[in-house]
Amino acid sequence: MFTNLKRVLTFAVNDFSRNKGISIAAIFVLTIIIMLVTGLFFFQGIAGYLASKIQDKIDITAYFKDGAQEQDILNVKAEILKMSPKIKNIEYISKDQALASFNEEHKNDAVLNQALQEVGSNPFLPSLNITTNGDPSQYSAIATILQTSDFSNLIDSVDFSQKKDIIEKVYSIISNINTVGLILGIVLIFVAILIIFNTIKLAIENSSDEISTMKIVGASNWFIRGPFVIQGIIYGVIAFLICFLLSGISAYFLSPQISAALPGFDMFSYFLTNWWIFVLIQLGFGAGVGIISSFIVVRKYLEV
Amino acid sequence: MIKFNNITKIYPHGIVVLQNVSFEIKEGEFVSIVGKSGAGKTTLVHLILGLVVPTSGEVYFEDVNLNDADPYEIQKIRRKIGVIHQDYKLLPKKTVYENVAYIMQVEGRENKEIEIEVPKVLDVVGLKNKINNFPNELSGGEQQRLAIARAFVNNPDIIIADEPTGNLDPYNAYEVISLLQKINKAGKTVILATHDRETINKLGKRVITIENGKILRDEAEGRFII
Repeated sequence: MFTNLKRVLTFAVNDFSRNKGISIAAIFVLTIIIMLVTGLFFFQGIAGYLASKIQDKIDITAYFKDGAQEQDILNVKAEILKMSPKIKNIEYISKDQALASFNEEHKNDAVLNQALQEVGSNPFLPSLNITTNGDPSQYSAIATILQTSDFSNLIDSVDFSQKKDIIEKVYSIISNINTVGLILGIVLIFVAILIIFNTIKLAIENSSDEISTMKIVGASNWFIRGPFVIQGIIYGVIAFLICFLLSGISAYFLSPQISAALPGFDMFSYFLTNWWIFVLIQLGFGAGVGIISSFIVVRKYLEV
Repeated sequence: MIKFNNITKIYPHGIVVLQNVSFEIKEGEFVSIVGKSGAGKTTLVHLILGLVVPTSGEVYFEDVNLNDADPYEIQKIRRKIGVIHQDYKLLPKKTVYENVAYIMQVEGRENKEIEIEVPKVLDVVGLKNKINNFPNELSGGEQQRLAIARAFVNNPDIIIADEPTGNLDPYNAYEVISLLQKINKAGKTVILATHDRETINKLGKRVITIENGKILRDEAEGRFII
């Protein structure tokens, strides 16, 4: 068993080095395809980041009636959290905090400061600012809770209804981007698999007569197929190493430009955080599809 | 050992190559199959190797009906047969040494044994000084000798030689036939498919003559008469 394995490995390495042209061509095509799939993963990362940023900017503010007790508002907060635990963030803003925040924001605006002084007292209402996970159905659910539950008499207004259309539009755009991305991804992956399969097929077709001869002299299927499958692995692993290095280097050098366009998104950190996913995708595509393709193509010529 | 029972082989487009062919080859026999080019000699060889399935009839190898044999049984049978193919069927990406060693590796023979046997066989066929060459670096005659070395190296029960002297000069052709005779004397079965009149007439062994896909004659000490 061990002797046979060693022989199969030797055959694979010999065939690989003796067919340099085919080997280089196969690795080149594999590298291009894996880079395309990797690019798709980077794109998915950027799209995901954009979507979360947009979703973070959408929130619901429930304004409480003037005179509502802080303890009551905190009870409402606890109640909302209990009923809808998937909420990303819920923040209580008191009358004083709202005023301080307004003053801070408009400290250079003399007209607004003047108007506020003329009012004489603090005109702001205490509020709860709620950030959900971005799903409009969650917005509706929370808005319903706020407007219909026992504590609705404490609430002056909920600004969800004014934002509803925008929220649904944004969510629909994000959802469309995700769907189109998914479809494009599936098509691209399918095309990638086909191209890799055909590359391996071309490499093996060159040896079709040899495979028949091996079969005629009584070699077992495993003994014939082994070297081709191992060559598939060698192509895949080399293509993976090239792609992994290229991805890392590209992420490092493109990171400043991407960060300038998308503040807060660091492409190189994204690569470092998800390095194992890159390894999985690139190795999976390179070696995985390489092995399966070799296996299927050789089978065709083994029927002698 | 090998039995053809009423074999008919019709290739696509209705090309009839063999028609109701029946004969038996016993262990230790030296049988020549003669006939013009295209008479069906190579198809006969391919039927024994299980490379071709008969349209009707059965081929038996040691009581195994090749029509019903599973791939593993066919693989075992092929290992018992050393074949010198008309088109050599060499492995183009392996060196002369590797081509011969491959046959032993397929059988799972030890490396030490391979290292001893392969140079010996290559010496017998006069290719010892070309062990690191690839088949495309050999002349036609050398390629044929390599095919012969490959057929002999495993000391198989049967040697099937399909036109083994086609590309050889008279001296080398004589050497190959002598080698086949020696192997036969050692108790091995030899099947020689050829259209070389002189060789057949000198042998004085059994001759099966095929013409238009049918057996014309099957004589114990036959001559080449077509």
